[in-house]
Amino acid sequence: MSAASVDTTGERPVVAAHLDALRLPQDVFDALVAHAWSDFPYEVCGLLGLQRDGRVEVIPVANAERSMRYYVMDSRELLRAMRRIEDEELGLVIYHSHTHTQAYPSATDIRHAAYPDALYAIVTLEDHDAPAVRAYTIRAGAVVEVPVVVG
Amino acid sequence: MAVVRIPTVLRPHTGGEARVEVDGATVGEVLTALVADNPALAERLLEDGKVRGYVNVFVDDEDIRYLDGEGTAVPAGAEISIMPAVAGGAR
Repeated sequence: MSAASVDTTGERPVVAAHLDALRLPQDVFDALVAHAWSDFPYEVCGLLGLQRDGRVEVIPVANAERSMRYYVMDSRELLRAMRRIEDEELGLVIYHSHTHTQAYPSATDIRHAAYPDALYAIVTLEDHDAPAVRAYTIRAGAVVEVPVVVG
Repeated sequence: MAVVRIPTVLRPHTGGEARVEVDGATVGEVLTALVADNPALAERLLEDGKVRGYVNVFVDDEDIRYLDGEGTAVPAGAEISIMPAVAGGAR
């Protein structure tokens, strides 16, 4: 699917996986990094909802595992968050943090990726002084990076 | 008769339907009826007749893991929600 097919003006929901870049306003980037630090060294997770006008909603979801190596979104919080994404027809971004490794999907991330229309964003705190966010589509085990533009 | 809410990610396997009405007195019966009507859902929802480990199923927004699993009673008019889990990790 090419970027040209993305409908950014009509009434159709945003399909995050079709975007040519994930655009994060600076305050959203800062909120993601702050969320990642908030439970350090445990992994945090949540959803972003992309609006057609470029605004981004941050919806933190509890990590039911509270682990440094693993996350599972709390099922009831996930249900509520995903309903909000669907009801408001927002583009779906699934994010989590890697506190000690680079922002690249792990074998675990790839194995569990069940949302082909979503972008998967990873916030890394590996370099404490230079936190970063990278984004990917993960479809049938295939990982494709999508640029993240902050600001 | 129960209503099953189908999330966007699974609608390609229900012909685009967001809500499907099926019969069943328990979650297991409802899901069996659901996949009988929508066979493409079977491998995504069930494994050896049980709900797959990485699929969340709710009865009126309560996770069946904290109820009676597939044996959870489905009252008339109840709403069943299905949602693939979101999980991963650094390793």
